[in-house]
Amino acid sequence: MSDSLRSRGLTMTVLTSVAAVAVALLVGAIFILLSQQNPVTAYKALLEGAFGSRRAIGETLAASTPYIFGGLAFAVAYRAGLFNIGIEGQMVMGGLAAGVFAAWNLDLPRVLYIPCALLVAAVAGGIWGAIAGALKAVSGAHEVITTIMLNYLAFQVLSYTLLRTEGWLPVNPQLQATKPSSPDARLPNILSGTRLHAGLLLGLLMALLVWYLLFRTTFGYRLRTVGLSKGAAAYAGMRWGATITIAMFISGALGGLGGASETLGLLGQQYNAPQGYGFASIAVGLVGRNNPFGVVLAALLFGTLRSGSTAMQNQAGTSKELVLVLQGLVILAFAALAASGRVQSWWAKRRGQRFDEGTDTVGVEPGVAPEL
Amino acid sequence: MVVQPEPQAPLAVEMAGIVKRFPGVVANDGIDLSVRRGEIHALLGENGAGKSTLMNILMGLYPPDSGEIRIDGVPARFHSPRDAVNAGLGMVHQHFMLISRFTVTENVILGNEGASFTLDRRAAERTVGETAERYGLRVDPKALIDELPVGMQQRVEILRVLYQQSRTLILDEPTALLTPQEVEDLYDILLQLKEAGHTVIFITHKLREVAAISDRVTVIRRGKTVGTRETRETTAEELAELMVGRDVRLHVDRPPSQPGDAVLQVFDLHLRGKGNRDVLDGLSLGVRRGEIVGVAGVEGNGQTELVECIAGLQKPDSGTIMIQGTETTGWNPIELREVGLSYIPEDRHHRGLVLPFSLTENMLLGNSTFAPFSSGGRIDYARTREIAAKEMAEFDVRAPGPETPAGSLSGGNQQKFIIARELFREPDVILAIQPTRGLDVGAIEFVHGQLVEERDKGRGVMLISFDLDEIFDLADRILIIYQGRIVGDFPSGKITRAECGLLMGGKTIEQEGEPIRV
Amino acid sequence: MADFFDINLLKAILRMATPLIFAAMGGLICERSGVMNIGLEGMMLTGAFVAVLGTYYLHNPWWGLLCALISGALVGLIHAFWSIGLRSDQIVTGTAINLLAAGITIFLCQRLWQQSGRSPQVETLPNVTSGVNVLVPIAFLLVPVVWYFLRTTKPGLRLMASGESPQAAESVGIAVDKLRYVAVMTSGMFAAAGGAYLSIGSLSLFTRDMTAGRGFIALAAVIFGNWMPIGTLGACLLFAGSQALQVQAQIKGIGISTDLLLALPYLLTLIALAGFVRNSRPPAGLGQHPTTH
Repeated sequence: MSDSLRSRGLTMTVLTSVAAVAVALLVGAIFILLSQQNPVTAYKALLEGAFGSRRAIGETLAASTPYIFGGLAFAVAYRAGLFNIGIEGQMVMGGLAAGVFAAWNLDLPRVLYIPCALLVAAVAGGIWGAIAGALKAVSGAHEVITTIMLNYLAFQVLSYTLLRTEGWLPVNPQLQATKPSSPDARLPNILSGTRLHAGLLLGLLMALLVWYLLFRTTFGYRLRTVGLSKGAAAYAGMRWGATITIAMFISGALGGLGGASETLGLLGQQYNAPQGYGFASIAVGLVGRNNPFGVVLAALLFGTLRSGSTAMQNQAGTSKELVLVLQGLVILAFAALAASGRVQSWWAKRRGQRFDEGTDTVGVEPGVAPEL
Repeated sequence: MVVQPEPQAPLAVEMAGIVKRFPGVVANDGIDLSVRRGEIHALLGENGAGKSTLMNILMGLYPPDSGEIRIDGVPARFHSPRDAVNAGLGMVHQHFMLISRFTVTENVILGNEGASFTLDRRAAERTVGETAERYGLRVDPKALIDELPVGMQQRVEILRVLYQQSRTLILDEPTALLTPQEVEDLYDILLQLKEAGHTVIFITHKLREVAAISDRVTVIRRGKTVGTRETRETTAEELAELMVGRDVRLHVDRPPSQPGDAVLQVFDLHLRGKGNRDVLDGLSLGVRRGEIVGVAGVEGNGQTELVECIAGLQKPDSGTIMIQGTETTGWNPIELREVGLSYIPEDRHHRGLVLPFSLTENMLLGNSTFAPFSSGGRIDYARTREIAAKEMAEFDVRAPGPETPAGSLSGGNQQKFIIARELFREPDVILAIQPTRGLDVGAIEFVHGQLVEERDKGRGVMLISFDLDEIFDLADRILIIYQGRIVGDFPSGKITRAECGLLMGGKTIEQEGEPIRV
Repeated sequence: MADFFDINLLKAILRMATPLIFAAMGGLICERSGVMNIGLEGMMLTGAFVAVLGTYYLHNPWWGLLCALISGALVGLIHAFWSIGLRSDQIVTGTAINLLAAGITIFLCQRLWQQSGRSPQVETLPNVTSGVNVLVPIAFLLVPVVWYFLRTTKPGLRLMASGESPQAAESVGIAVDKLRYVAVMTSGMFAAAGGAYLSIGSLSLFTRDMTAGRGFIALAAVIFGNWMPIGTLGACLLFAGSQALQVQAQIKGIGISTDLLLALPYLLTLIALAGFVRNSRPPAGLGQHPTTH
């Protein structure tokens, strides 16, 4: 009986996600129609562009990789009750740290160089995230605003480092990039003839680790409790401030790893150009229901849209920026579907029990039992 | 100088046969209330007697299921608070509806700014200032609410009601947040209002206030009017008896307690709350093994803070808490659990459970770092699920299974689950505050049975309840809490409900042989 | 050094402050009503695009401006419907608006003009004096207007009450939700005016992502200005000044490090939020709803 209940919940979750994506694609089709294109042709071109060949599949998976990291980063913070809008900045810090570290050409064997570079990236991104967590814990500063500010600060740090530190860091100001990474620090290619690199495997490993952390460890339990009920967390002796700071460190570290995966895997060096995965990560997290495995699936969806959109632009003439539109639509559709459930329960409550409303209006604490 | 209104003054407010049902409860069961113009009329009753519901009906927040309301003799039917305001009624809420960053004037005029698009701030300040002066409210119209003490904020609420031209003021537990001096000032203001011809309905559960300020008093118990008296012609004893009822209930059949050593001791606890009020004011108590200590009192006299201090959720300003001889003042909840404390909280939804979590996950709340639930930072979910299922069977928690979200259970089942969890680690001290609030009779019996069983196993139980019946049914020793202090300590059977009611209302009793221990 | 602080620097500050002021006044109205608006960036971008679109087809930049204002109000309506009507998370909705605006503007650029990420040149709004567009004084005039509205009008008082305590506002009979719809749509219009300034005021075309984070900086200005019109104006001038100084230093070839200047707005906002500067206090009811629902 409990299993059927659980699977019903799971089915609902999956259905909501599918419905939101379907609604977004439908509205997207209207956009394509408006631009006097055939949506079927366009979407077909998109699918073929994403999966039509070995190369296409490799590109799609490579395009999905940063979304996996970003979505996981968003999910960890979200589970702790925080809205991490600063994944972009955390990716930049991680990518920059990894890029500089890898360009130093240290005398390290490959089995050490890569993990060290990744660790440096995780710490850099983690600190960038933890700042927002700590500020919220200490002074209550809203993490959405602080992470936006930290994004722009990260961009400034990036361009400052690439342009002004030639004397003491391995950067190339003419190219506005770090010097190329040491081959021993590069994430190896894992599908020849494509740009697919080991970052994908790292992302999948992270998904597994995040799942284990959230759903199998005492810390994960603490993190999720803090995210759902501050009162219950206090009751159980969990410290809110420390927990959200650590959660933001982990979230930022995942973002940092995502940046490093791009720098060490796809690009080979860090350029003065943020990649713009940060905001899309929010959509990935939401569509994936902030579940690590759901995030992987959602990341594949977004990677497909991204890599297929170029083909769609070339073959059907539909602008590849449609992907951004689709991402926005997915978020709105999600929010609306979530709201419809809320509105329903509100109606049920309103019809059955007008008392709650009354007590609120006169300022009594909401949720107390009706007096006898 | 108190002016007595004419005995035959016309009625300002008449409520006759008011009935209001909520799902599962009858909040008002045929209440009658007649308030004369120009009098201060106290509405007395315990928490949950139906006072607030009655006043919310009068203020148009919800319609009565049946019954009649007349204002100045004219039948009235209100659909919103605005209707009530237009009929000359005004309410001063217990929790102020004020905007802290606004000035006094801004708060007073909000919603009644006048017809003009622009505000004439200076004129409004003048009017507000004049109104304040007329009734001796002494509030600076330009002051920010934020910078005013609680007593002043309440005057702003009163001022707002007067500014709306209300002739009848309803004050809901107006002294709950005030210091004694502020209470005296409030009395003066109310008397001035009366002199100016206003009618005041004063909701309270404190007998002292009834005697101090009211002309007449109507007592409500369990949704029914039990009597209206001229304040001069009644006594505190009579009112207490009316309020809490006679000793008619049969006690739960249970063996006498066999108390052992003290397991919980609290010495001279102090805690300052909002507005520098002493929420806990030198509170001391003790609980021994094998006894249930019932703490009786009206809500808001420091019970929640007392429990939260013991359970490590708040830090007292001074004082000592000891569990089994170890000082535990300021310990965190996990450390307190390690020395054998368990805590059944008042608020199931925001403290005791994480509603979206499954029952298995809720089994871990407060337990997640202990064996057998986890080892080495890894949670054993399979084992936890087994334990949850076993406990659910044992405590008769009705749910499809341990994977059911806690939020989908009924209140009774939620409470049984919390008790199951809190007893699982075989604690030595059990704190229970309002453990049966909102439960049905069957669940109440179950919870009571469990507490008695734990007592008989030699555990110390501290039961805090706002329901006198519960205290009288269960407690081996009855303590009365009033304004953050224990004002009475009696073995069960050595105090009557009426005496208890007097102490809860801030009165003292003088009885031979039973000195009140403070 | 004497010619460093010349009239051109002053004009540059005014120019750079203008879009920030428009958007920040919009953000201020929205947040004071109790609705968070991180969609300002998207609203600005929409305004910038539609201003060019309107000017292109109606051959008059003033009509273009009007179209931009309407488009801003409509984007505001989306934000309002989702975050007030549906009670969705206001951050989620704002994020969606930013993504949508970024995508749709480029998408339409391509469809309409077959140019990737830029529009053709269009006529601009007139200048009042050399290098100072007519929208510049309008932006600066908007600040006392907003101040006057909040400080001395009935709807202004009610708007702030809704932002401070929607419950208290509703208890005295104020239609909080309705007021917030108007506030969010107004904020969209103001932000769109800021975008229009960029596209048909200072430039004469739309380019992809031309707002470049100004919506977020405007939001920072609102916070740094402690949700007050005059303070917010000061923050906008400070942020614009740090940008203008940096540009001026480049033009004059002065070799001072200007990187810190660029980072200044963000650093200052973080410091303000951390509570080091003074009591930074958002409207108490931000993100809260009145009782119904």
